[in-house]
Amino acid sequence: MKKINITIDGKKIIADEGQTILEVAAENGIQIPSLCYHPDLSVKANCRICIVSVKGLTSPQTACSTKVQKGMEITTESPEIAKLRKINLELIFSQHKEECADCVWNFNCQLLELSKKYKLQITRFSDRKSGFPIYNFGPALQFDSSKCIDCRNCVEVCHKQQVGHLQIVSKNNLQEIIPNDKNPCIFCGQCIIHCPAGAFEGVGEFEEIETPLADKNKVVVFQFAPAIRTTIGEEFNLPPGEDLTGQIVAGLKQLGANYVFDVSCGADFTTLEEATESLERIRKNENLPLFSSCCPAWVRFIEVYYPQLIPHLTTARSPHVILGSILKSYWATKYQIDPVNLVVVSIMPCVAKKYEITRDELRIHPTESIAANAPTLFGEADRIPPVDYVLTTRELAKLFKKHKIDLTKIDPTPADDPFGNYSGAGVIYGASGGVMESALRTAFSLVSGGQKIQIEFQEVRGQKGLKTAQVDLNGKKIKVAVANGLENAVKIIQGLNKEYKDYACIEVMACPGGCIGGGGQPLPTNASVRKARAEGLYKIDEKKELKMAHENPALKKVHEEFLTTEEIKQKICHTYYSAKNN
Amino acid sequence: MFDKGIIAKLKQKGLTGRGGAGFPTWQKWEAVKNIQADKRYIVCNASEGEPFILKDKYILENYPEEVIYGLKIALKAIPKSEAIIYLNEFYYQQFKNKLEKLIAASPITLFSKPGGYLKGEETTLLNIIEGEKAEPRVKPPYPTEKGLWGKPTLINNVETFYWISKIAKNEYQGHRFYSIEGEVKNRGVFELPETYTIKQILEQTGNYPNFSFFLQVGGGASGAIMTPNELDQPIKGAGAILVFNKQNTDPLQLMAGWAEFFIRENCDQCTPCREGVYRLKEALAKGEIKKEAIDEVLLALEKTSFCPLGKSISTPFKTALQKLF
Ligand code: SF4
Ligand code: SF4
Ligand code: SF4
Ligand code: SF4
Ligand code: FES
Repeated sequence: MKKINITIDGKKIIADEGQTILEVAAENGIQIPSLCYHPDLSVKANCRICIVSVKGLTSPQTACSTKVQKGMEITTESPEIAKLRKINLELIFSQHKEECADCVWNFNCQLLELSKKYKLQITRFSDRKSGFPIYNFGPALQFDSSKCIDCRNCVEVCHKQQVGHLQIVSKNNLQEIIPNDKNPCIFCGQCIIHCPAGAFEGVGEFEEIETPLADKNKVVVFQFAPAIRTTIGEEFNLPPGEDLTGQIVAGLKQLGANYVFDVSCGADFTTLEEATESLERIRKNENLPLFSSCCPAWVRFIEVYYPQLIPHLTTARSPHVILGSILKSYWATKYQIDPVNLVVVSIMPCVAKKYEITRDELRIHPTESIAANAPTLFGEADRIPPVDYVLTTRELAKLFKKHKIDLTKIDPTPADDPFGNYSGAGVIYGASGGVMESALRTAFSLVSGGQKIQIEFQEVRGQKGLKTAQVDLNGKKIKVAVANGLENAVKIIQGLNKEYKDYACIEVMACPGGCIGGGGQPLPTNASVRKARAEGLYKIDEKKELKMAHENPALKKVHEEFLTTEEIKQKICHTYYSAKNN
Repeated sequence: MFDKGIIAKLKQKGLTGRGGAGFPTWQKWEAVKNIQADKRYIVCNASEGEPFILKDKYILENYPEEVIYGLKIALKAIPKSEAIIYLNEFYYQQFKNKLEKLIAASPITLFSKPGGYLKGEETTLLNIIEGEKAEPRVKPPYPTEKGLWGKPTLINNVETFYWISKIAKNEYQGHRFYSIEGEVKNRGVFELPETYTIKQILEQTGNYPNFSFFLQVGGGASGAIMTPNELDQPIKGAGAILVFNKQNTDPLQLMAGWAEFFIRENCDQCTPCREGVYRLKEALAKGEIKKEAIDEVLLALEKTSFCPLGKSISTPFKTALQKLF
């Protein structure tokens, strides 16, 4: 890369040719305000807030779209620039309904910061969008179009996800973002992550949790996902990647949780089922490649857009659902808790999980709690969901803050027995490649007959959108692929008869980087943040002695005492899928 | 005839784009010619979407052979190229047969799609040809580097190709076309020296009003308002003059009409143009020209709009507010 000399605000800077002014400035600690720019997406340059002056040019230039050139002299703040930014910001506020207290940005919002910095009269113009509709996207998200500032990021990201649920239309000669029901939403929540204006949010109010917590008759169990332990700190001004496992447990206990378990343990159950299933399919050469199914957005994507591929999905339940199912059957029986009074709350990096728990396919029969030979006391209609509530990382942070629980100040506590035990393989589920690596560890171990086996699979780690590896499974060459972001998944789908023809296993996560980049995670989320979050998870795995899912003692015990027949395993650990058209 | 020195000639004659932007033609040609590429495109823009300008129509009607000849020169000068003439739907109907006959076996195709004003902007035109949304693209890359289907693309207006033909034939005398509309006796398109002042143009064509008047110069929407004491200068932008009778023109209504026009024609991509024009329209409909807010919106439009359309919107409003109130 050619180096060139430029100056920004009088500071001499050596920059790479081809970089934009915004990138160079950020690397050198100079903040240029920007709204429509998101490093994951194409430069659209439509908010016109990042304007700077360039010596020799009469009009200001947008820093996000202007590349640096040799000798460029750039000024990022001046009375003229400030005035122009102020006008454009006031125009932007005239189309944005402020609801700061209830916003995904949690007061960490560019708009708000800029309104203070430039002393805006935010009510200078009447709200153009007051009365604009709020749309519900299934039981997962809500889109308040009266907050939209028309940057189009959500439309782009939804297209990138190969869905196209969001579209731009023209109404009364003005552009409007509206959902397109011909292309059903798959609830990945990437629109939330990429909206500078907080127009999207998961459904539900986090305060709902306070009702069961206050109810003496209820036993409230919290379980939290692998991917939230290295992200929730961001809501408390910690850098991404900081491991707060014990602090989360302590915080949940303070909220009044009766028990706190770790979804990483659920992941271990999922891994064993998935690894067994894949070995079986490889042996029979049936429905290959096997697709992972722990991402409900990906499952829904297949059910809606590629139903012919349903047989490829593993039937193993996702980690929090499998654990919820065990809680409401085996564990409830053991502790003599009426499953109907057992409230399971999952803390997830994800809004698709809010949808997942409404899936009828996942409901279980309470009598399953008394094992397979119990009399049927309940009708079909009494089947209960394995998980009652899903809160996102952001929502949990809000709940903590509301109750004055500061995760940076609290002493860590270990999660409860038995499902507070987890393997390192279960923790890396939160990063793209983690499910595959966990499954490989277990599959290798199952076929190796006790020999020492490979533990680390570096090829499937990292932030690349599409990763492939070839592994030697007891003399048999096995090809695996890992995709994050559905554009990469679709590349695999389109190559199933070609370059991906002889692949055995495919892991797909709908979100870039996997769940650490999920729709329920703190904002901002971008490539460097995702990288740090994932590295945090791999560090936990590194330190963990227990590396393999199937060696988790809690799992072993449940398998010995409860999951003893194929029938009960099917009911508790597996599910089914069907084509869906909305 | 197709001498290699056409670009040098364009440079020597100082021909600039006649679509309104006024960029030196030879520079574009050279850029497209010199960049590495396996394929290049030449686009002749005959979309003519600005109200009260009928110059392209006049040229296509009277001198189609010159336009095609100009295109053929470009095809020769620019290696591995093919050409497209973009016509608005009406011109397409009207001139299709004539043009196709003249094109014969040359690699020139006609393209048409309904739509309006924004097509004057080069990258919008490219988006439409590619079947994308009718709106400007982020620049860079410029069309001369990455234009139609990602290939280097030369875009010139109908009139520019006309003059290229004239220059190639050594018949160019520094003339241009002027479109004169409004409250005049002799409406139409006239070919006159580009050094002529506005006053001379009006007089020469027998159009100098004998009543109290003002003009809009440079386009029926984006042109500047000019009063009789400013006419001793040539036209800088698009060669269009629109004459208004001062007595029976309500400037507020005129401005409201522009706002309507721009809100309909703009693409809504960027903040100052989408929200700013909306606020202009809102204020004008109420008859309020709260000066400060309007001035600020116009400033943001001029200085921060994404594309030339938005940038040009402030001209008519600013000049009207200065000169008609
Ligand atoms: S959740 Fe995903 S699929 Fe649904 S609208 Fe947002 S980006 Fe599109
Ligand atoms: S909803 Fe948000 S992301 Fe989508 S266009 Fe509006 S402001 Fe941008
Ligand atoms: S990748 Fe993870 S966070 Fe994203 S939709 Fe799938 S399960 Fe949810
Ligand atoms: S200035 Fe107007 S027409 Fe140009 S990009 Fe912006 S909104 Fe579209
Ligand atoms: S951040 Fe550059 S225009 Fe929006």
